[in-house]
Amino acid sequence: MPTDIANMVKVFERPASLTGARFTYCPGCSHGVITRIIGQTLDELGIAERTIGLAPVGCSVFAYLWYKCDALQVAHGRASAVATGVKRARPESIVFSYQGDGDFASIGTAESIHAANRGENITVIFVNNQIYGMTGGELAPTTLVDQKTSTTPDGRDPTLFGYPIRFSEVIAQLDAPAYITRQALYDTKRINDTTAAIKKAFEYQVEGKGYSLVEILSTCPTNWRMTPLQSNEHVENVVTEVFPLGDLIDRG
Amino acid sequence: MERSVIIAGFGGQGVILAGKILAQAGMDDGLEVTWLPSYGPEMRGGTANCTVVLSDEPVGSPIVDQPTGLIAMNRPSLDKFEAMLATDGVVVVNSSLVDRTADRDDVRATYLPFNDLAASAGNPRTINMVALGAYLKASGVVPLETAKRAMSRMLEESGKSKLIDVNCKAIEEGYNAA
Amino acid sequence: MGERLLLRGNEVIAEAAIRAGCECYFAYPITPQAELLEHMARHMPRLGRTFVQAESEIGAISMVYGAASTGVRTMTSSSSPGISLKQEGISYLAGSNLPAVIVNVVRGGPGLGNIAPSQCDYFQATKGGGHGDYRMIVLGPSTVPEAGELTILAFDLADKYRIPVMILADGLLGQMMEPVELPEPVDLESLPAKDWAATGAEGRDPNIILSFDLGPENLKQMNLVLQEKYREIVNNEVRYEESDSQDADIVIAAHGTIARIAKSVVRMARAEGIKLGLFRPITLWPYPYEPLRALADRVDTVLTVEMSAGQMWEDVRLAVAERAKTPFYGEMGGVVPTPLTILNEVRKHAN
Repeated sequence: MPTDIANMVKVFERPASLTGARFTYCPGCSHGVITRIIGQTLDELGIAERTIGLAPVGCSVFAYLWYKCDALQVAHGRASAVATGVKRARPESIVFSYQGDGDFASIGTAESIHAANRGENITVIFVNNQIYGMTGGELAPTTLVDQKTSTTPDGRDPTLFGYPIRFSEVIAQLDAPAYITRQALYDTKRINDTTAAIKKAFEYQVEGKGYSLVEILSTCPTNWRMTPLQSNEHVENVVTEVFPLGDLIDRG
Repeated sequence: MERSVIIAGFGGQGVILAGKILAQAGMDDGLEVTWLPSYGPEMRGGTANCTVVLSDEPVGSPIVDQPTGLIAMNRPSLDKFEAMLATDGVVVVNSSLVDRTADRDDVRATYLPFNDLAASAGNPRTINMVALGAYLKASGVVPLETAKRAMSRMLEESGKSKLIDVNCKAIEEGYNAA
Repeated sequence: MGERLLLRGNEVIAEAAIRAGCECYFAYPITPQAELLEHMARHMPRLGRTFVQAESEIGAISMVYGAASTGVRTMTSSSSPGISLKQEGISYLAGSNLPAVIVNVVRGGPGLGNIAPSQCDYFQATKGGGHGDYRMIVLGPSTVPEAGELTILAFDLADKYRIPVMILADGLLGQMMEPVELPEPVDLESLPAKDWAATGAEGRDPNIILSFDLGPENLKQMNLVLQEKYREIVNNEVRYEESDSQDADIVIAAHGTIARIAKSVVRMARAEGIKLGLFRPITLWPYPYEPLRALADRVDTVLTVEMSAGQMWEDVRLAVAERAKTPFYGEMGGVVPTPLTILNEVRKHAN
């Protein structure tokens, strides 16, 4: 039976806040889903025209291409400090930074903690895939014990490389942040939870409640050497044991 | 004409402030001035000094090889700076703490017990003003009244108006004793 | 111009920045520029402007990058070791064509060095301290009033060329007091609009601030744009001062604090019959090569005096190009040459 295009009802479309530029991410990686959720959130809150996004260094270095909003590409690890500068200069703007685990929790440790401690009214999307994807799969601060990477070919030995750092829990020790949560994307429920969390984080900023951080357990099929499905199962069964899901702080 | 003075003593003797007041008074008197402090950790308890240059022309170097004046609040200051003084220079010495006279016979030295004069002015901490008053008399670089006005304004601006009277008295004690 | 005030160099730079319309200031404490930070801490919040004591020098320059991206006038200040930490951000500012003012109140180095005055960061400031093919405009104030004037100029040049501008001072200039008449505040409304800034893409295509392109040909084009801008600056913005040079046999080439000390030396030398003049670059980049070369044709000797091992001396020799003798006298480690020590050097080269 021929498809009746004229009478089809559109039930799903690209968020208006996304440009439609082709993603540079590997197949099966979660960055695309997160990008879509952010775009959808900007649509729902009607804030794209006053949003300034910050792209980091790492796999999401091209993040300035995806959104129909003003954007800055910034130095590795410095996004939370740059976001501070943007937000202090333009408190009326909505400012979010999109940062990987190496960016946010290793080279940017000082900038990340102190932006949170000042309670900057910004939103940080912290994508934790436990590996350095762009440079070729090296050890990340969040790499699991015994996990093989290109710089821990025999697996992460905690006596030499330490343990995976639960950076959101570190930041949750601070008095200033309004909202800190860890979410995942391995099934529909978690995608819905992540969507709700990102929306809440942006809402808190719109309402002036202060610093919000959404950590998302993401996948890296390429460097994990797994299929996308195996990657999702790995997050559900293994990664969440080390990085438990849920809200750490909600002072809304 | 260019005149210059090094004001030196222990940290806490107020040499930095005395220099600022002198510089401010010089400026108020229409002169070009520079004020240059020694700075850093030594100010927190060691020796401190500042250099003030006053001139009727734009000041070139704020650092001087041969100052025309020296205020020595303690012995180490006299030992360190006496040799630098220009011929016919003026040195004002705190005889309360300095147990020697100047070695140089080509400078004009004045010896006064700053600590005693400050105490008789009503506050032992005003030795810097006693010293400044003595130097003003010995050098004639700026009128006493101009310096008193500069000092009063600076104390007022830093919220210390109640100290103006005792400091005025101290600067006069030094001036009259010199 | 207002009343004459007796102020420290650090305070004058801070107050001039406020009057230039600096809306956001970010810094980390370090001697000998703490008074600058403290002045901003007292005055910026009262004016409804932004003061943040950052977690580090890296944090501070990154905040400058963020604020500059939105089009506001912004500044950071530090001293040598802190400026080393800021190099990453300065390179990003240059690469992203962002206007910002960076103040370096130079102290003795290398490493922790000390807190005494020095000019040992000349290379870092003028030859590119960070990565990549970039330039900063570098202004070298010689007196406290000039520190204020050049701070205003720094903001204007930064906006005009969308470039980071450095005020290269030293600990002596930062700490000393001198009478100054502060300029009237700039009317912010009179400043040119910045249609490139990230302010929210309402009713227009997004503005993207970046220093990045993976394609070599594209990045080459971005670099060519930078180089064209630098040529324009070289053609238009060279500033220098020449004094007592008309009949001079010898001139001292010096910048900043040393140049003002040299003015005393000129008086002393002339009093004993030595025809001494002074050449003082005000823009350390772009360097006044051609004026110095023209001067070198008229004198026997260009004596470079610096508080460094001879960093500006390289530019002097490049300018003079063997048209005159180019001896050097420098001090390091925070030692400030006095007028007499410089005069002794001059005497060695007088006929």
